[in-house]
Order: sequence, then C-alpha cells, then structure tokens
Amino acid sequence: MINTKRTHWSEFAIEALIRTLGFSTVGFVLLILVFLLREGVPIFFEAQPSNVLGARWYPTFGLFGTLPLILGSALVTLTAIVIALPLGVATAVFVREVAPNWAREVLKPMIEVLAGIPSVVLGFLGMTLVAPLVRTTLGVPTGLTAFTGALLLAYMALPTIISVAEDALDAVPRGYRDAGLAMGATHWQTIWRVVVPAARSGILTAVMLGMGRAIGETMAVLMVTGNAARMPLGLDAFFRPVRTMTATIATEMGEVAQGSTHYHALFGIGIILFVLTIVINLVAARTMFEKRRRGGLR
Amino acid sequence: MNSDHPSRGNLILLVFLLLATPMAGCARPTAAAREERRATTRSIENKGSDTLVNLALAWAEAYMQAHSDIRISVTGGGSGTGIAAMINGTTDIANASREMKPEEVSAAEANGIFPQQFVVARDAIAVVINPSNPVDRLTMQQVSDVYTGKISNWRQVGGEDRPIVLLSRESNSGTYVYFLENVIRLGQKDSQSLFSPDTLLMPSSEGISTEVRQNPNTLGYDGLGYVTADQKMVAIARDENSPYVLPSAGTVNDGSYPISRPLYMYTAGKPSGPIKAYLDWVLGEGQAMVTALGFVPLK
Repeated sequence: MINTKRTHWSEFAIEALIRTLGFSTVGFVLLILVFLLREGVPIFFEAQPSNVLGARWYPTFGLFGTLPLILGSALVTLTAIVIALPLGVATAVFVREVAPNWAREVLKPMIEVLAGIPSVVLGFLGMTLVAPLVRTTLGVPTGLTAFTGALLLAYMALPTIISVAEDALDAVPRGYRDAGLAMGATHWQTIWRVVVPAARSGILTAVMLGMGRAIGETMAVLMVTGNAARMPLGLDAFFRPVRTMTATIATEMGEVAQGSTHYHALFGIGIILFVLTIVINLVAARTMFEKRRRGGLR
Repeated sequence: MNSDHPSRGNLILLVFLLLATPMAGCARPTAAAREERRATTRSIENKGSDTLVNLALAWAEAYMQAHSDIRISVTGGGSGTGIAAMINGTTDIANASREMKPEEVSAAEANGIFPQQFVVARDAIAVVINPSNPVDRLTMQQVSDVYTGKISNWRQVGGEDRPIVLLSRESNSGTYVYFLENVIRLGQKDSQSLFSPDTLLMPSSEGISTEVRQNPNTLGYDGLGYVTADQKMVAIARDENSPYVLPSAGTVNDGSYPISRPLYMYTAGKPSGPIKAYLDWVLGEGQAMVTALGFVPLK
C-alpha cells in the first residue's frame, strides 16, 4: 500500500513538473513575442516609413534605414548556404552511403564536436587567419567582407546540415538501394539518382535549419564582416564589408537609452529577424510534415 | 483507492511548499547579507569607457592596496554603457571619454539623479596606419575628407595607388563621438558630415589594431593609450599652414596636438563617503600613474 502510494506520488510530481515546464516554454515564447512587439512596434510610428526603409543606418543622427542591414543579412546567409549546401550534402552522402563503418564511427562524433565550437572562437580565427587570406588571395581592399562572414557561417551551418541530411538519407528504405543496384546501376548512380532524390525533402529541411542557424548567428559575423552599413548592391558586394541585423543589435543595444527611438529601432530589427526566422522554420516544418505524410519519401 | 485522494491534496501542498520555501529563504538573507557587507567592506562599482578602462583598473588596484576595506570593480563597455548604468543606478561611478549628452542628463534627472562631472585625465586620439604605408602626415581637413568618402585613394594624400579602407570604433564608443564631432566635422556645430557608409565599425580597439597591422590599405584611429608599436602614427596639422605634430604626452599638454580631449568620471549626485575619498585620490595622488598608461595627466 505504502509502496503504491509512493509511486503514485512521485509519478504525479514528475507529471506536474513536466507539464509545467512544457507549458512554461510556450509561455516564455509568447512573453518574448509580446515584449518584442511592445518595444519594437513604436518605431514604425516614430519614424517615417521612408526613413525605416531607407538606405542609411545612422541611428545617432536619426537615420534608421534598415534596408542595408536586411540585405546584408540576406547576402551573408544566402552565400553561406550556397557554400554549405554542396559540402554538407556531399559529407552526409559520404558518411551514410560510402564510408566504411569504422570511418563513420569516427566522423559522426567529430561533426558533433564541430557544432560545439563557440562562435567567438571561430570569429577570432576568422579575423586573424581567414580575413588576411581573403584579402591577399582575392586582392580586395580589406579581408573583412560579406564573403568572409559567409565562409564562417557556412562552417557553422555545416554540422546542422550534415546531421539532418544524414538522417534523411538514413530514412530511405534499403529496398530502394537494392532495387537500384539490381537494375544494374552502379553504386554512384544509385546514390545520385535514387537515394538522394528520395531524401530530397529531408535535405531541404536540413538546408532550412542551417539557414535558421546562419541568419541568427551574431558573434562570428560581427567580428569578420566589417560592420559597414552600406547597401550591398552590385557584383562586388560579396567582397565588400556589410553589416547584418544581428551584429547591429548586438553592438548597439548596450548604448541606447531605454525608450528612445534608437531603442525601438533595434527592437524593430528584432521583429524583422523574428519574422524571418519563423518563416524559415515554418517552411522547414512544412517540408518535414510532408515527408512524414508520405512515409519519409517523395 | 479512496485513501489516495487526501494524499493528492497533501502532495499539492508539499509541492507548493517546496517551491515556496527557497524563494522566501532567498529573499530575506540576501538583503541582510548585503547590508552586512556594506558595513564591513565598502564596494564601489566603476563602469564605462573602454578608453579609460585600463587606467581605471590601475587606479582601482593601487587604491585597493592602500585601502583594504574598499573593493572597486571596474568594467568597460563604452561611455554610453557606463552613463546608462549610472542613470539606472547600477554603477557608482561612470567612466566616459565624452561629456554626457543633453538627453542623457535629462534622462538622469527624470530618474532623480543629478550627475556630477570630474575631469580625471587627458587623452589624445592617434590616427594610425599600417607601418608599410609611406604616408606620414595629414591635415585635419584631409582626415575629414577621407572619413566622409571624398578621398578614397592613398594617392590623393601623397601615398601609393591603393584604396583606403576606413576603420572606426563602434558608435557606442566615446572615441567615435569625439572623432566625429572634432575631426570629421572639424568642430563645426552646424556640420552635417557623417562617417562614410563604407567605414568598417570594429567592435574593439583590438579589432582596429589587428586590421591595421595586417592590411596596408587601412586608416584607423584610437586612443593614444591603445596604439601598439606595430601601428604607425600619423602627424596631424590643424590646417595647411600649421606644423604637423605627432601625438605624445608633451604635445597634448602644450596643446599643439590638435586631436586631444578630457576624460571624465561621473557620479550620481554629489559624491560622499568612500566614493568622494576615491575621487579625491584619483585627482591627486592617482595622477602620477597616468603617464605610464599612455594618457596625459592633468598638469
């Protein structure tokens, strides 16, 4: 009797705890959203729309043009994905389909370690090693460019892309591979024409999650992109400095007086960033659900 | 089964008590402990300008050695950060490399705080380039034109045919505001000149020195105390007819170097007790340490 009572008690306590934690997570997200909107929405009333969507970010002098920041973030993130996608998918294919068992045992934990490197360490490496290399090999005025930032971001998005893409490849039934090989296709043809297309939606999810990681990254980008709020237009924009939304919030939040227009503008950028991240995550979630509906295959 | 129901009621009570006890337990002793700590060792919070942080640290260390009952903690973050902390009441002394802006003063007064200003040392801003760059002198007008983007090649100021890469501190740095007002705008209040959008805003002095060291195209500026031996300082002239002067303690004190400024400490209201004693020491004995850190003492 006592024993069952104790089980009942602890079970109830654990259940209550888990439920509280679960609901509080949802609650926190909602509170963050409410706070973000409360602090950020005023900027859209305090400054003219033409100012907020202008090309000049100079908050100390009342210029709140977010366009260069949005384009800067977009340029760095998209370039990073273009670099990381082929590398990440190729690595996932290698780890899952080609590598012998012992190599897989070594590679998987190493990829996980890659995900654990603090971004400030990567930023420091980028500043002292990658930036001079970019400058001397490409002959650009400075090595602190959008391209340098994209290289580091690609490196940081890789672990996410590799592990999610690998899971997607893993979900492709063995029968597909056997059928491909039985039809006389080579190992490579089976991988490229059968397995990878079958895992397509999972790979897309991997890219989306990697992009979500990249767009929100702050420290490494802050240290290597040069933080010049110029409009990244023209072909040379890759090899010129840019300023991202995250870097702007991180560097300027410490100085602003609470409740000032500049303060609201920074939260306004936060809202833009939040919306972008939500959209990316929703797209990722959609492809993921689609995959589940179709039994992991397309 | 019936016997289970009361146990559930007890359990809810227990969970509630478990959650409530530590909270109640925390709140009271901390306040008491804080009170007690205040009585035995007095602590002074000192926060703000990254330009001043090394000097403030040196002062704090020397002062704490002589006064074992005082604890001074010094943190950087930028002048704006320090002043904001003073306004919000989270620091006792704010270090600043610029004067408080009118809106900061009014924000403080809205909080019931009347900031007191103390000039604690002088600083010169050095214009720095890579040592391999042959340029060694610029006028204030030239520096201004370069930073606003009117001049974009070193050839235009007597150097090699290379693009100029502009470096600046972040806009929360007091050095940034001073440089904008006194160099880029040449001290003209009505000037609307701004940093060129191509200017790279570096998050720290370290960021500037790293880039200047590596890149022969760069032009940067930083506090004289932060210029390392591997950066080259440029001699500056007020205008074309004035002499070109390199920054040093001597040229700052005699006023011949054009880009120099006072450094400030702000307190929330008239200082008293240990804070006043500390500031008196800084303005007196503490001045002897200023030169060793690359700044210029008050007389």
